[in-house]
Amino acid sequence: MLEIKNLQAGVEGKMILNGIDLSINAGEVHAIMGPNGSGKSTLAQLLAGREGYEISAGSVSYKGQDLLDLGPEERVREGFFLAFQYPVEIPGVNTTYFLRAAVNALREHRGEPELNAVDFLKLMREKIQLLELDESLLKRSVNEGFSGGEKKRAEILQMALLDPTFAVLDETDSGLDIDALKVVAGGVNHLKRADNAQLVITHYQRLLDYIVPDYVHVLVDGRIVKSGPKELALELEERGYDWIIEEQAA
Amino acid sequence: MSSESEVIDQFVEQEYKWGFYTDVETDTLPPGLNEDVIRHISAKKEEPEWLLDWRLKAFRHWQTMEEPRWPHVNYEPVDYQAISYYSAPGAKDKDRPKSLDEVDPKLLETYDKLGVPLHERERLAGVAVDAVFDSVSVGTTHQEELAKHGVIFCSFSEAVREHPELIQKYLGTVVPYTDNFFATLNSAVFSDGSFVYIPKGVRCPLELSTYFRINAAETGQFERTLIVADEGSHVSYLEGCTAPMRDENQLHAAVVELVALGDAEIKYSTVQNWYPGDEDGHGGIYNFVTKRGICKGDRSKICWTQVETGSAITWKYPSVILRGDDSVGEFYSVALANLAQQADTGTKMIHLGKNTRSTIISKGISAGKGQNSYRGLVQVGKNATKARNFTQCDSLLIGSRCGAHTFPYIEVKNPSAKVEHEATTSKIGEDQIFYCNARGIETQDAVNMIVNGFCKEVFRELPMEFAMEAQALMDVSLEGSVG
Repeated sequence: MLEIKNLQAGVEGKMILNGIDLSINAGEVHAIMGPNGSGKSTLAQLLAGREGYEISAGSVSYKGQDLLDLGPEERVREGFFLAFQYPVEIPGVNTTYFLRAAVNALREHRGEPELNAVDFLKLMREKIQLLELDESLLKRSVNEGFSGGEKKRAEILQMALLDPTFAVLDETDSGLDIDALKVVAGGVNHLKRADNAQLVITHYQRLLDYIVPDYVHVLVDGRIVKSGPKELALELEERGYDWIIEEQAA
Repeated sequence: MSSESEVIDQFVEQEYKWGFYTDVETDTLPPGLNEDVIRHISAKKEEPEWLLDWRLKAFRHWQTMEEPRWPHVNYEPVDYQAISYYSAPGAKDKDRPKSLDEVDPKLLETYDKLGVPLHERERLAGVAVDAVFDSVSVGTTHQEELAKHGVIFCSFSEAVREHPELIQKYLGTVVPYTDNFFATLNSAVFSDGSFVYIPKGVRCPLELSTYFRINAAETGQFERTLIVADEGSHVSYLEGCTAPMRDENQLHAAVVELVALGDAEIKYSTVQNWYPGDEDGHGGIYNFVTKRGICKGDRSKICWTQVETGSAITWKYPSVILRGDDSVGEFYSVALANLAQQADTGTKMIHLGKNTRSTIISKGISAGKGQNSYRGLVQVGKNATKARNFTQCDSLLIGSRCGAHTFPYIEVKNPSAKVEHEATTSKIGEDQIFYCNARGIETQDAVNMIVNGFCKEVFRELPMEFAMEAQALMDVSLEGSVG
């Protein structure tokens, strides 16, 4: 489904990603772990189409298309989704209105009729229960004044509404207490199917107790230096990243 | 893909959709301004002697005045002798049309094109319209129905002929002819406009609306509107304005006076969409307007709502004098300065009565090379015990070549007053646009969504029919802003 080959990219002449190779198939959950500054979030933002990165080499193929050739909104229409590490506040724009615009943009692309306000509300009520979100949040401006946990849950609500084929979750666990973490993970697991895939980016192993990956990759200095089964995450939790870095240096 | 800078660059490629010109025969005075011109205008309108005298007094006073230089705007000095002060559709020797049926079909067509049909069968339901074309009113709809309720809604010229006692009683009582350079000029040369009188205790059954259209070249439009709401009455009034696209600047210097007697309420809304000129600042309307209302009676209320998207330069401060006790003044404004537009706009709330309250919500949007200034005065007189004001003044910047400025003035002479001022400045960020993109929303839609969200508090103050129009207008004004 997603095939990253030798991806090298940086910002303002400073290299951040130094040749990433990663292949993800339908039905799989991959986790990327790594120390701060290893390039995890850059990879997530770049995949979602954020401007400002200089891509010096490599390719990303998504469902047979050149992903890097698509604008961010086109990627969404092709079923790509990024749950933001820092969801952006948009004052004055009602959350329900925003979500409906997003869903209808996708439906229009698929040739499906627009959802009217009533039908949309029905759909949304169903999804918010999944995330145990307070309905009153939906009447507020997008992410404005939401707590850290509410923002993250709202991201997964958006994911549930857009029902992506490929989702990247960028540090979705940061800032969540254990109960919220369970709710968010439950939501993500609920959306998992045989025909879609997820890439979970995290700093800590604990998220992976709830979203169990098929593969774990370790990102250090913009390169995947080790890949393994889910047990690798436990080893990282116990031993930290230094041993891998030393292993690399040796 | 579109970066923020591209968004901004293409902001200027929008199109002004109301820029057409109607080719009609006109009766136009040659350019120039002197006492003869004023006598001529007055004679054309068959005005009584007292009104001509008032005009002449204004003109003589105007000659002693200097054009204000304090607004935060730049423009070449206006040559007041190069402007024609009167232009009316129709040949010189023709009588004015007695009813809409006699109006030149070309004029009716113009209003159709502007989306303000005047014909009986296509008229907007629930809205009575006075259509002003250059210097004259071409017709007013729904007059009979309004008359049943005792409501007078007609052109200013007609009011001078039919209701001289009301005009003489109220004209210049809110904006005296000595008020300021542009208001004084208007007092000397005003041509037409609308007059509204709502009798005691009447809630006006229709929305009233005046649509101003500048058509002729090298003319100025100097309309004058007077609205009187008698005790316990209620009226909602809306004005709209457009003009053809021209390379020369045209002057629009209007005066609006509102009088609210005891327990009366006037809601005055403006959707101003004069031609804004091009991105280099060529052409466009100079919109130098004096609007002021007086809450004369106790518990009266005046509410100004304005959506200002057009004009090369906007200079206007719709104000309320809160004379009656417990009276209320409100000002809700959205001003967009795009292209090379300059806006210096705001309000004055003058608290004189006890327990008077005022609210100011100003939303300034700057884009392109636009410069947007909020200028507001809150004044509390020494007898205005327990006066209250709340001001919120927000600026939104789109791009890095525009500017937002705030000039609040507060003068309080009564210690029991409570005056609050809040201000914010924000920028449509790359982050916000990317977040919308990452949810499948196109950049243009994202910009519109954020701008409309920013303006929401003001749009919801507009009568329902016009709130939609204002939002659509804002979208069009932002059109072409993305690639």
